Amino acid sequence: MPISTVKSAFWKGMRDSAPFVLVSGPFGLLFGVLAAEAGLNVIEAFSFSLAVFAGSAQFTALQLMQEQSPTLIVLISALAVNLRVAMYSASLTPYLGDAPLWQRACAAYVTVDQSYALSMIEFERRADWGTSERMAYFFGTNGLVAPFWMVATITGALVGASVPDSLGLDFVLPIAFLAMIGPMLRTPAHVVACFTACAVALPAAMLPYNLGLIVAGLAGMMAGAQAELWFERRTATKTEV
Amino acid sequence: MAGPEMSFDRSTLWIVIAGLAVGSYALRFAFIGLVGNRAMPAWLMRHLRYTAVAIIPALVAPLVVWPAPTGGTPSLIHFAAAALTFAIAALTKNVLLAMVSGACSLWVLMYLTG
Repeated sequence: MPISTVKSAFWKGMRDSAPFVLVSGPFGLLFGVLAAEAGLNVIEAFSFSLAVFAGSAQFTALQLMQEQSPTLIVLISALAVNLRVAMYSASLTPYLGDAPLWQRACAAYVTVDQSYALSMIEFERRADWGTSERMAYFFGTNGLVAPFWMVATITGALVGASVPDSLGLDFVLPIAFLAMIGPMLRTPAHVVACFTACAVALPAAMLPYNLGLIVAGLAGMMAGAQAELWFERRTATKTEV
Repeated sequence: MAGPEMSFDRSTLWIVIAGLAVGSYALRFAFIGLVGNRAMPAWLMRHLRYTAVAIIPALVAPLVVWPAPTGGTPSLIHFAAAALTFAIAALTKNVLLAMVSGACSLWVLMYLTG
């Protein structure tokens, strides 16, 4: 493939991802501020964002560490929140699976919500693209977002220590989580999973070691899966009639 | 400049950072790097679809009902701000808008009630 089409695919990815900077910027900032409030220094907060590079998992881990949960529960819960990237990885494979291993290894690091969403739309549209153009586009979608996320974390961690306690920042994290749930409620089954998890989480909060979170999470997943089957069967019967 | 007290020790923090770095990279690499195009069992995919939408609400529900700022006493202000955030997020699917309105409503309510 000519270099020029690969280059232009990269730039297109970068341009398409520009609006997402408005989301990742404030979120990175918030992570930095909350990390500073939790007692992390700038280097720790930055290492967190650089090494993990997964907003919702980072917020989950921060919250659970502050609740003194056992380390194993912190890890399981934060990774469970991030399980969706495994699904992204699976559905990108048909498009990027032919690339050299080192490229796939780099692509794995930058597999996040916005790079996945933008790329799947573009890959389906551009049948003329080969693997190298697709890979270039995929990296392009992270060209702005990843640096912004890192810089925003550092900025947040720097100003975080000077944010007054009266702002009630210890409730901003729950608000951020609630806001993140919105776009996840794509189907009735997602709504069922969400509310089942909430309903189980309240009584399960009595369980030790924050195990209630795992129990409620599993209950929500099973409810979502069953609801999906139920809704599918209902649509199937309707179309038969 | 001394930062706020940390409620967990530094070694825990670094274990969590390292564990999450390895774990989330493994999740991302698992398929594109190793599994390839092999199909996953349908029942597994069906459950995996609902992990995030189950775990995050399970995490947040107790934090809303027993909010940290009041030391765990249920509080109408926090519940109202949380309900508003959730409603806006569910209706508009706009994360940033929901977060900003939720935080602003919390501050307004805190100011009004002193």
